[in-house]
Amino acid sequence: MNEIIERVKNLSIGFNSQKGKQISILRNVSTNIKKGETVGIVGESGSGKSTLALAMMGYIKQGLFPLKGECLFKSEDLLKMSSRQLEKIRGRKIAMIPQNAGQALTPNLKIGYQIDEALRLHTDLNKTERDKKISELLNKVRLPSPETMAFRYPHELSGGQQQRVAVAMALAGKPDLLLLDEPTTGLDVTTQAHVLELLRFIAKDTGTSMIYVSHDLGAIAQVSDRIVVMYAGEIVLEGPARKILKEPIHPYTYGLLKSIPKLSLAGLPASMPGSQPQPGSINEGCSFYDRCNLATDNCKKNSPSLEYIKELDTNVRCFNYKELINQNNNLQTSITKKSNNSEANEVLKLKDVSISYAKQKFFDQLLNKITDQNPTVKDINIDIKKGETIALVGESGSGKSTILKSIAGLLKTKDGQIKFENDRILSSDLKMRNPNDLRAIQLIFQNPDESLNPNHTVEQILSQPLKLYFNLSGEELKKNIIDLLKKVRLGEFYISRYPRQLSGGEKQRVAVARAFAAKPDIILCDEVTSALDVSVQAAVLNLLQQLKEDLGTTYVFVSHDLAVVRAISDRVAVLYQGRLCEIGPSQNVYKFPSHPYTEVLLGAVLEPDPDIKPKLVAEDIVEEKPPEKGCSFQGRCPRKIGDICNSEVPPWQIGENGNAIRCHINIEELASLQQ
Amino acid sequence: MLLLILKRIGLGLITLFIVSLITFVGVEVLPGDACTTYLEREAYGAALDACIKRLGLDVPAYERYLDWASNVMRGDFGYSLSGEMPINEVLGPRVKNSLVLASVSILIGIPLAIVLGIITALWRDKLPDIMISTITIFSMTIPEFISATLLILIVAIWLGWLPGIVIIPSDATFYELLSNIILPVVAISMIMTAHMARMVRSSVIQVMASDYVQMAILKGVPYWKMVFRHVLPNALLPAINVVALTIAWLLGGVVVTEVVFNYPGLGRLVIESISNRDLPVVQALAIILASIYVGINLIADLMTLMLNPRLKSLQIRK
Ligand SMILES: Nc1ncnc2c1ncn2[C@@H]1O[C@H](COP(=O)(O)OP(=O)(O)OP(=O)(O)O)[C@@H](O)[C@H]1O
Ligand code: SF4
Ligand code: SF4
Ligand SMILES: [Mg+2]
Repeated sequence: MNEIIERVKNLSIGFNSQKGKQISILRNVSTNIKKGETVGIVGESGSGKSTLALAMMGYIKQGLFPLKGECLFKSEDLLKMSSRQLEKIRGRKIAMIPQNAGQALTPNLKIGYQIDEALRLHTDLNKTERDKKISELLNKVRLPSPETMAFRYPHELSGGQQQRVAVAMALAGKPDLLLLDEPTTGLDVTTQAHVLELLRFIAKDTGTSMIYVSHDLGAIAQVSDRIVVMYAGEIVLEGPARKILKEPIHPYTYGLLKSIPKLSLAGLPASMPGSQPQPGSINEGCSFYDRCNLATDNCKKNSPSLEYIKELDTNVRCFNYKELINQNNNLQTSITKKSNNSEANEVLKLKDVSISYAKQKFFDQLLNKITDQNPTVKDINIDIKKGETIALVGESGSGKSTILKSIAGLLKTKDGQIKFENDRILSSDLKMRNPNDLRAIQLIFQNPDESLNPNHTVEQILSQPLKLYFNLSGEELKKNIIDLLKKVRLGEFYISRYPRQLSGGEKQRVAVARAFAAKPDIILCDEVTSALDVSVQAAVLNLLQQLKEDLGTTYVFVSHDLAVVRAISDRVAVLYQGRLCEIGPSQNVYKFPSHPYTEVLLGAVLEPDPDIKPKLVAEDIVEEKPPEKGCSFQGRCPRKIGDICNSEVPPWQIGENGNAIRCHINIEELASLQQ
Repeated sequence: MLLLILKRIGLGLITLFIVSLITFVGVEVLPGDACTTYLEREAYGAALDACIKRLGLDVPAYERYLDWASNVMRGDFGYSLSGEMPINEVLGPRVKNSLVLASVSILIGIPLAIVLGIITALWRDKLPDIMISTITIFSMTIPEFISATLLILIVAIWLGWLPGIVIIPSDATFYELLSNIILPVVAISMIMTAHMARMVRSSVIQVMASDYVQMAILKGVPYWKMVFRHVLPNALLPAINVVALTIAWLLGGVVVTEVVFNYPGLGRLVIESISNRDLPVVQALAIILASIYVGINLIADLMTLMLNPRLKSLQIRK
């Protein structure tokens, strides 16, 4: 257990800027990987995690080069090896499992061939032995029917299955060290939990060392023995996983853990101010100085070095870490939010809404009719009260975005009505809506990079809705723009910036400001924090809550992240395959999940706590289409009671906590089953 | 799959039908008809009547269209005006000449372009890339008529190595042609190869930067094996359509080059027949050129479909 297999020593990696300056993105990184150990490397995007992990395979991305230091694998420096020597090590001694297996598998080669390639390169097996080995490997990563699986192309597999193939491929050469770069990011919660469980099993079964890179402390907590926390290209904290997660003694890690929304806590997570500095902009002093609430003058002038603290078996880069020792109780707190007034009137009603993506046949098009018997979204009934935040949750493909799009008028409904204020029916066609209705419902998208025009300044972006809806111009326009920026906590000087000159969080704030410019009654938020780092996510969530409390806006909030939904929402609607499963007040849905799907979803959530293990109650099969009849969840339901689930749509039942669920099992019985 | 092929063929036929209609109508609405053009100043009285009768211009237009179309379908394009020769006899040698010119250019140009494209991509920003890229960009920017004229000037006139102008009759044999087409082939290949090499280069570079190539490297796949198994099949797929368009363009006659070198191919025939107002020939050419485009694009699409596993299984599942 104590043999060190890879040793990184004082590694710095950088690039040459356009002005010819050398800019480092990894600075003086040293760490060791022991045999059989899983090390988690965690940090926000841009902190240099992937660069470090790739360097540990002797791979430096194009445009970058090592400035100093070494990566010793069994005492040989990988960074000095020829590509011939590296080919012998890669795949055989050190293997990689990529972030997005869908893009990392070569599209024109069958997966059997791609695994076989690794076997041919790294083992002496003959053809029949290799074929046997391929099914063995596919079996080991728990893929269904390994024999036929090998003859499929990568695109014929679901995301989780592709990730499993990548694991099988990496295991082919029996490596001593496995490198995993965000292997579960982008997968659904249930799939993610299953893949992590598989990785844990493989680590134990084969004794392979693993380096697990992720921005997600929840995933890191599930697999790691030791955790390395990176910030702006440096290691700021390193130690045993339990210590790091439960008693973080670096202010950044502490803040990071506090900014993660947790399932067990109602209310909003605390946010950290600011954002990570760009490479090249770090001069002297501690790189966390701008965001640190323990900072002193000393921190501004001198950079702390990584100090080993024997009692805690931890390395920490901070002058004032002692102040954080024994502060751990404060981790489990959150900001309580003002709940909405449940007596308020309803502003938006979805009545029996169905939406179909099926292509219209020629005659149906003529008659302007949609005849799809099994639409993507079906029978959605939700009444939304003024000033409330209602969240739609579900895995990918559950129809969350589809529903938002049709509320926004971007997608026609097949059946049913969308009613706005005083039961007035809104046309599901954008062109038929009157300007005031268009103003009243605004949409914020997941990715501000795509929704903000890169050629417009912040001023131009914000002036569009102001001109369009309120006919403002001149001084008044400018004043309104500055007011809006103030509302989203951005200074006046941002007015002339282009989106590329803003950080991810700032861009999303501009997108929020643009939505609020229209003085809307309802804002539809589609995964608005998914593309952001956790510390920034917490800030955006707090901002949204504050704006809502000040202005009385109603939010329809779509997210796949159940903890985020718990933090922000007043009410949750759980969707599976475009059908509602459960709807009710957040605190109740989270405390007493009654629908089997809610139970499955909540069980799969990863908490940043090594002592809370996910409960895997259902298979992570991917269904392409909702079932024709019966309960939408019949294909995966762990509590399925029989034929009735396949043939009859379950009725609504209302529990004593105010949750409404759709299941054939009696709601009280379900509650007792879940005890 | 079969259904899809049939559908595409059907669409192609509809395209051809529309082209034939447009050319026919276009010719109809032009002032004057074949006889006035042919007889010029003698287009009056008995001579005109006789001509009209002989060419069958006295029946209504739609009947003539049907008549013409059914003949075309049997491979008979009628008579040309200028020589009063069957159009098939006028076209035959021209088609053959164009085919020879095109196939020689394709056989040389396309493999060369692919090799150059791959070399420049793999040695990106290194000496081979810089040299080849400079030459390709250079030959892309010079217009055909200048490069062709320069070629004649240098190779034929100054050095006297090859004949500058093709002086063979339009029904020359293949071997007579071959010695004469070297310069036209060079002129055509220069531009074509340059364009395609650039395209292949950017496509290979794009694939080289993909996650799956990085993955193959990290898997320990040796460099050349990675290039041939993981990079090229994916990089050359989008090239198929460009190659198809190029072939169609070549077969359709490279007008400028043919005129400069006085080469008796389809391209020059287009110019000749338009300036002679030889309307039946123009009609025939329009149909032939359209068929070439439709046919070659159909083949290219089907090839892409066969070679791209993604599209293939999509089709099968549907
Ligand atoms: N343009 C489209 N054409 C056909 N089907 C579509 C289209 N867009 C979405 N779908 C299908 O509709 C279903 C619901 O899609 P939707 O985008 O609403 O899911 P989601 O819950 O938002 O998922 P994610 O979390 O991945 O964004 C999916 O099965 C999806 O494949
Ligand atoms: S050294 Fe100072 S600024 Fe840096 S993390 Fe520690 S307290 Fe904060
Ligand atoms: S109705 Fe049946 S299949 Fe559906 S959730 Fe209830 S028990 Fe499961
Ligand atoms: Mg979505």
